[in-house]
Formats: sequence, structure tokens, C-alpha cells
Amino acid sequence: MVTNDVNLDKMNNSHNAKAKVYWKKNIRMVLSLLAVWFFVSFGMGILFVDVLDNFRLFGFKLGFWMAQQGSIFCFVILIFVYVYRMNKLDHQYDMDEDEDNFGPDDICPPGK
Amino acid sequence: MDIQTLTFIFVGATFALYIAIAIWSRAGNTDDFYVAGGGVSPLANGMATAADWMSAASFISMAGIISFVGRDGSVYLMGWTGGYVLLALLLAPYLRKFGKYTVPDFVGDRYYSNVARIVAVVCVLFVSFTYVAGQMRGVGIVFSRFLEVDIATGVLIGMTIVFFYAVLGGMKGITYTQVAQYCVLIFAFLVPAIFISMLMTGNPIPQIGFGSTLADGSNVYLLDKLDQLSVDLGFGAYTEGNKSTIDIFFITAALMVGTAGLPHVIVRFFTVPKVRDARISAGYALLFIALLYTAAPAVASFARVNLIKTVDNAEYKKTPSWFKNWENTNLIAWVDKNQDGKIQYFAGKAFSGKPKFLEMRGPEGERKVKNTPTGNSNELYIDRDIMVLANPEIAGLPNWVIALVAAGGLAAALSTAAGLLLVISTSVSHDLLKKIFLKDITDRQELFFARVSAALAIAIAGYFGIYPPGFVAEVVAFAFGLAAASFFPVIVMGIFSKRMNKEGAISGMITGLFFTASYIIYFKFINPSANSAENWWLGISPEGIGTLGMLFNFIVSNLVSRITSPPPKEIRELVDEIRIPKGVGASHHHIKS
Repeated sequence: MVTNDVNLDKMNNSHNAKAKVYWKKNIRMVLSLLAVWFFVSFGMGILFVDVLDNFRLFGFKLGFWMAQQGSIFCFVILIFVYVYRMNKLDHQYDMDEDEDNFGPDDICPPGK
Repeated sequence: MDIQTLTFIFVGATFALYIAIAIWSRAGNTDDFYVAGGGVSPLANGMATAADWMSAASFISMAGIISFVGRDGSVYLMGWTGGYVLLALLLAPYLRKFGKYTVPDFVGDRYYSNVARIVAVVCVLFVSFTYVAGQMRGVGIVFSRFLEVDIATGVLIGMTIVFFYAVLGGMKGITYTQVAQYCVLIFAFLVPAIFISMLMTGNPIPQIGFGSTLADGSNVYLLDKLDQLSVDLGFGAYTEGNKSTIDIFFITAALMVGTAGLPHVIVRFFTVPKVRDARISAGYALLFIALLYTAAPAVASFARVNLIKTVDNAEYKKTPSWFKNWENTNLIAWVDKNQDGKIQYFAGKAFSGKPKFLEMRGPEGERKVKNTPTGNSNELYIDRDIMVLANPEIAGLPNWVIALVAAGGLAAALSTAAGLLLVISTSVSHDLLKKIFLKDITDRQELFFARVSAALAIAIAGYFGIYPPGFVAEVVAFAFGLAAASFFPVIVMGIFSKRMNKEGAISGMITGLFFTASYIIYFKFINPSANSAENWWLGISPEGIGTLGMLFNFIVSNLVSRITSPPPKEIRELVDEIRIPKGVGASHHHIKS
């Protein structure tokens, strides 16, 4: 493989450009997940709790349930969704730590 | 076997386990002592984080508080779990990539300033000491009630155990004991919850039993029954709130952001090998926490129904033994206002303040109190902290379950205390000595200082546990408010804004701290009689003011950083470096050199 200064420079630039796109996508994902986070807790559990209390979920009033249990379930799911999507994004943009150790403990399989 | 013997066996066995782990996982160097060598598996870190986070407050007090305040208790449920979403999405992976030992490390390096580092150290020490005093107190309460030793002896035993594994093992010892403590505490919380759920609703899963019908054949939903019982006694429906929406909003936000900014939780993410591990271990941590946090509101409602059914209109002489036991530990009091020998339980205070017991008994054999009774017809005082500990007895569960709860309460208190003590000792030996005052000490000397400061911190925490300053309960709001108003904005902007500089960060931290602290000090210490909704600014209580402090921190730091010079080139490169997971191995080796 022939490498000279020009090639190295190009590689560096393309790496930087890639890192920029990667960061942008990361921010967009985090913001969308935080919007859900805000909606299930501050929205359904606090601001609209009385409205939702008009509906029932088995023995619960819906607003009460969101405030005391439902939002917590959503939080757990949110983090696992983040982990899955973030690992995938790392891989797409070749930003993951060490591809060599891609083992069975990884949340996302290599490729799509 | 009686409860006391069983408790001795359970507590003794768990303590022996913790000590064995401590000996097995001795720390050999500062890397072991500060971050367990950076080699903890994500699953183990998840459990350790859960135990680290769930303190005596989560285990002993939270369900009790919810039991008495109903829906308003959701501020704790959402606040103390929702913060993990912020932690996982905004902080943990990046701080892991940064790969240092402490929060002041990050603040000092990212803002290229020892002033910022010292401000951060002061916040760390304040937040952690506030918190740890409460844990030692929890240890004392469990010992005095279940093993009938006095609180001071209980605290001393707890201190000895923590001393053993925190001073010997550092983060390494703490991590693996916390894994064991998580198992003990979750088992101890869920077993009685499952028993009671079966007894009351016939459903073994408390999270579902919470929304089921009662098993007494009435076909009434548990929560509907509870609403009706509460309204009958004048308390207002359990599933409806009393606090204003804006206050609930701000308190929840302060607790969430404060959780994400608590240093002893953040450092746990320095102990895993990779960025990917930091992300997933935040997920595991919340999953393990959610097991307890979704059961807690169920336990709260079961306990409330049981309590009302047991005490309302019961003859004092015929009350079960738990009632008299807790009365003897000063946490229950009864004044027979209408002298009918029966307990009348209604909304309102039976007398003002905490009970001051006299050395004499009333006609029914009850302990007399000095307090003047109020004019209402409520005759009963119950400390909220006893609900979880007394719940198995109230429900009439077997003795071994009661002993198990005692061991669980101790596990929760000790695991959090150890995590906090480690953060305290690290900020002294690493951030103050190694980074500022004694720059040329060797690794061995630094390790020695870390152990000495851990031992000192334990002694101070123990002192506060035995002689609790009256303000402990008052300053818990401080810990979260300050963490929210100081660390969280500074760390988030350190990662997400390349333009943020030291002038911005320092002025932001000071604004957030100053504003939050003065609001809390005013309402809690200077003018406590004014501490009510109509005097609060925008209707926000001191518990929720940290949210506003955080917003001010964000605003001030952004304004100041715009009008001062941008951070140097190497800092902008550092931020670029933190933002991508690639190359974490290198950054971890770098800290060893």
C-alpha cells in the first residue's frame, strides 16, 4: 500500500468529516430519546396526570400509574434502545473501540 | 427461633461475606483503589451501581414516605430513576472515554484550571458528607431496633465493617462487596413484598398486585379501597396529589439532574473497560434499580392499607407486639385523648413536633409523652421511616423474613456509605494532594494517603451518625440541589460545547451554587417559619430550587464564555477525543503513566 503525505491528509480529512456526521447523528438520536423521556415523565406523569387519571388501566388510574410505575419502565427501555442504536452507529461510522473483540456480548451484530 | 437470634444469624452471615470479599480483593495500587483497575464487567458494575445508589433512603424511607403522601411520592420514584437516562445518554460514555479517576479530575482538566478543580472538590466533599451521615444513622436505627444494642454501638459496628473493605480494598473491594450487597438488599426487599402481595391480592408479583383486586372476595381494586379508607379518615384520596404541579415538576427535575450529577454514581462508570461497557452498565444499573423502585409504590400502598386496618379503632392493649416495640424505639406514640383505651387514627397531627417521652406509663400501659396534644381527634404519631421495616411484622410474616429485612437495610446503608467514603478519600488524596499540593508523591504514597483519608472520613461519618446534627434531614435537599446546580451543567457543557471555557464554567458553577444554597439556607435555617408555598419564589419549594439553579448555571456560563477567549486548541482536541469511543484503550493506559 502506497501512502504519502497527500493520502494521509485525505484520510485525516475524511476521518474528521466522518466524525462530524457521526456526532450530528448522535446528537439527533439523543435529543429524540430525551424528548420521549420528557414526555413520559414530566408530560404524562406530572403535567397531564389529572387528565390521564380519567382513563383506567386495570386497577390503576392511568396518570397515577405513569407517575409511580409506567415512567420507570419507559426509562429502562429508553436506555437499552440508546445502547443498541449507539453501538450500531459506532459500527457504521467505524468509531467502535476494538473491532477485533466483537464478541457474543455485543448488543448489535456486525453489519445490519 | 425468635427474631433476634435470626437477625444475628442473617446480619452476621452477610457481614462475614463482606469481610471475606474485602480480603480477597485487596487493592495493590492507586488504579485498583480508585477505579478497581478499570476491569469491572458491565453486569457487575450495574449491580454495584444499583447498590451504590440505593441507600438507606431508598430501602428504608422511600416506601414509607410514599405510603403517607400517596401520589405526590412519585417525585422520588421518577426523580431517582429518570436521572439514569441523563447519565446514560449525556455523561457516562464520555466520562469513561476521558478515563480519569474523579469528577474534579474532569472539571480541572477540561477547564484547564485548578480553581475549577478546587470548586469541584469542595462540592464533592459537601455533597458526600451530607449524604454519608444519613447512611450511618440508618445503620444505627436498624441495629437498635432489631439487635437491641444502642445506636452508638450499632454505628461503631457499621464503621468497622466499612473500614475493613473500603480502606483495604478501595474501589475494588467496594465494587465486589456492592455486588453482594445488591443481591442481599433486593432479595430482602422483594421477599416480603411478594408475600404481602400474595396475602392481599393473591398475585405474587407486587408490581401487578398493586393494580389488582383485593383477595378478600370483595372484588374491589386495592387502590380504590385505599382511596376510600384514606378519605374516610380525612386524608384525601391516596391516588390524588396535594402539591402544586409546578412544585412537583421542579422537585422531580432537581432529583433527576442531581442523581446524574452525584459524584459517587459517576465514578462507577470509570471502572468498566470500555465506552460500550459504560453505556450498557447504565442500562443494567437502572434495570436493577427499577426492580426495587417499581415494587416500592406497591409496598407503600399495601403497608398503608394494613396499617389503617390494624390500628384504626384498635384497643391499645390488644395491639400486636410490633406496635409496642416501635413505641419503645420512640418511633410510635399514642395519646388517648378521649380516654376510651382505643386508638383513633385521623388526618392531622396528634401533637406538635416529635414525641418527647416521659419515664412513665399511662393507664393502658402506653408510654406518656410530654408534648401537648392538639385539638383534633387523631391520637397516633407514626414515624414514616418504620414502614418498610415494620411492614413484614404488620402483615404477620414469618420471623426469618423480618430478619432478612434488617440485613437488607444494613446492606443498602453500608453499600452507599462505602461508595461515598471512597469519593471523599479520592478527592482528598488525588485531587487535592496529588494534583495540587504534593505533586511529586509516588503512587505508593498516594495510596497510603488515600487509605488514611478513607479512615478519617469513616471516623467523621461515624461521629455524625452517633451525634446527628439536627440539620441532617434538612440538608438532603442540599445534596441534590447542589449536585444539580453545580456539576451537571459543567460536565454536560464540557462534553457538548467546545466553546465553553474556564471563565464560563467557574462563573456558572458559582452562580448555581450561590443561588441554590442561599435559597435553601434562607428557608431552612434563617426563616423556617416562612417555608410555605405562598412565600416561595414562583411556588418552588427549597427541594426543587436546584432545577432553577441549574438553569441559571447554563445561562451565566454561556453568556460569560461568549465574551471571554475560547479554550486553547488542545482542549478542543480533548473534546473531539472524548466524543468518539475509538481509542479508549490508549487513554486508559495513559492514566497509569
